[in-house]
Amino acid sequence: MPVISVKNLTKIYVVGEIEVRALRGVSLDVEAGEFVAVTGPSGSGKSTFMHIVGCLDRPTTGEYHLDGRDVSKLSKDDLANVRNSKIGFVFQGFNLLSRTTALDNVELPLLYMRKNGLRSAERHKRAMAALEAVNLTDRFHHYPNQLSGGQQQRVAIARSLINEPSILLADEPTGNLDTRTSIEVMGIFQRLNKERGITVLLITHEADIAEYGTRLIRFRDGRVVTDQKVLHRRNAADELAALPPPEPDQIAPPEHEGEAAH
Amino acid sequence: MSLLMTLRIAFKALGRNKLRTALTMLGMIIGVAAVIAMVALGSGAQAMIEEQVRSTGTNLITISPGSFNMGGVRGGGGTSTRLTPEDAEALREIPEIEYVSESAGTRSQVIYSNQNWNTQIEGVNIDLPLIRSWQVQYGTFFTAEDVKSAAKVCVLGANVADNLFGEGVDPTDVQIRIRNQPFKVLGVMTRKGASGGGQNQDDQVFAPYTTVIKKLSGQQNINRIFAASRTADELSSAAAAVTAALRIRHGIEPGDTDDFMVQTQDDIVALRTQTASTMSSLLMGIAAVSLLVGGIGIMNIMLVSVTERTREIGLRMAIGARGFDVLLQFLIEAVVISLAGGLVGIGVGYLASEGIKVYMQSPTLIPPDAIIIAVGFSAAVGIFFGFYPARKAAGLDPIEALRFE
Repeated sequence: MPVISVKNLTKIYVVGEIEVRALRGVSLDVEAGEFVAVTGPSGSGKSTFMHIVGCLDRPTTGEYHLDGRDVSKLSKDDLANVRNSKIGFVFQGFNLLSRTTALDNVELPLLYMRKNGLRSAERHKRAMAALEAVNLTDRFHHYPNQLSGGQQQRVAIARSLINEPSILLADEPTGNLDTRTSIEVMGIFQRLNKERGITVLLITHEADIAEYGTRLIRFRDGRVVTDQKVLHRRNAADELAALPPPEPDQIAPPEHEGEAAH
Repeated sequence: MSLLMTLRIAFKALGRNKLRTALTMLGMIIGVAAVIAMVALGSGAQAMIEEQVRSTGTNLITISPGSFNMGGVRGGGGTSTRLTPEDAEALREIPEIEYVSESAGTRSQVIYSNQNWNTQIEGVNIDLPLIRSWQVQYGTFFTAEDVKSAAKVCVLGANVADNLFGEGVDPTDVQIRIRNQPFKVLGVMTRKGASGGGQNQDDQVFAPYTTVIKKLSGQQNINRIFAASRTADELSSAAAAVTAALRIRHGIEPGDTDDFMVQTQDDIVALRTQTASTMSSLLMGIAAVSLLVGGIGIMNIMLVSVTERTREIGLRMAIGARGFDVLLQFLIEAVVISLAGGLVGIGVGYLASEGIKVYMQSPTLIPPDAIIIAVGFSAAVGIFFGFYPARKAAGLDPIEALRFE
């Protein structure tokens, strides 16, 4: 059974008197354990597709089964529950809460768990485990403005992992990062995908970043134009090993300081 | 999310911008402090009035002559002097009435040795100390025998005794002169202070009313009648019985107005309280306006906060917060501001009322229910003015919110 199964997905926005047809019939399946890169120029519908897959929005018509459950017609609150338990988000701008430690940021989704809320000791344990998965346990008490961009994005990845979601949705996760840090972050996605079998959906407009995935889906004008296996898949771990060692004690570049959500 | 957790998040969020939180709170602090201080002032005045009136006797009924009315020509209050000792005698028959005292007064100079003092000579009957629950400090009050024989005896108010003899002197059995007639001092009343009407009750001399009528004022009628009901509960029925009895005695046809006035202590309290409460409701109005302004301040700052934290709201929604969770988060922030402001305001209001007490010499009193109301009201202000911004936050579209710059 595929993790994601969409059929004839359409989305029509009405802006004033103009109808914008953002999706014009998208059908595809994603199996568990795939690493899918979704690309396309802006306005191609990839963002709309991601919002629907991420249960942030509902399709105008069509079906969307997540883990075998039809989620295309759920209420807002039910969608919030699905997002909480089945989907992990990683954003371009990290979206960490400022003046909140890495550990507390990672714990945040646990606070919105609907059923049997966890005790704080259990929450800490799980948050530490998630930070361990991104190699950031030593920075758990740091605030976002004390972390580099790459470290902030790793905290965000840890946060997306905390509820053991069915899919990990990464929306331009390297958009604010330099090349080396981008490779590091992609390395984490590849490792989580390979070692834990986590299904990753990566939205990017950068063709070279898309090559870290196993499957490439290209959008144009609200439709899927190509859907193929990545032939020459890049391996972040190998590339990192080939790069010269990083300068010691990398500090967050100034432009990242205001990036965390206020 | 649990309420406790939401509360913790609210405190954290408010702590991030301490100056802004403090300034917003200041609006509530001033509002609540103003309300508390005004209530304290109003209740203090009320309590003082009640205390003064109580000092003149709680079950007291005062009957005074009303307006003179003949052939359509109406005089003012007191123009009729149709209160007679026989009227007083008739009131003694009413079962609800326990004590009755005639009252006939005149002002005169009182002289002792080389001291003199101008004061009210109050002609009364022996029930007066019982009606007014007023004891003698030195000596005794005069007796029924003195009243019957119109004896030249008197009992001094404490103030009069001070002025003639000096403080702490017992002038019992001393002769003083009133209008060139010798009066024997039988005693001195205890101190009573100001009456409900504001007069100094200690500045008068009591004598048998018969003596005052026959030997001092030369009038036939009496000025007033004081009566006391058996219990406070019987006060209004006693007053009604007095009215009915006097109407019959004065031959007033049904439908015609009384030519006398019957006032109970309740009436006097009500009259005096009205003035005080008009004043304090005016002040309360001003205080309520400042509370309203405080509430608008909270709404304003919460709207700013929602806009500033749009991305945070978007993120919380993306990771599973429902609209209700977001609503609660912002509502609780507003309530924390208003409630904390309210609590500090109660403290400031208390200090202000103590200040008023000391510097303006006005009695103040903070009733316990005013504090409970103030706490409840500040919470209500937070909910009322916090609701709109919170609903705005909860209604945000997560996609739009996440994109917000």
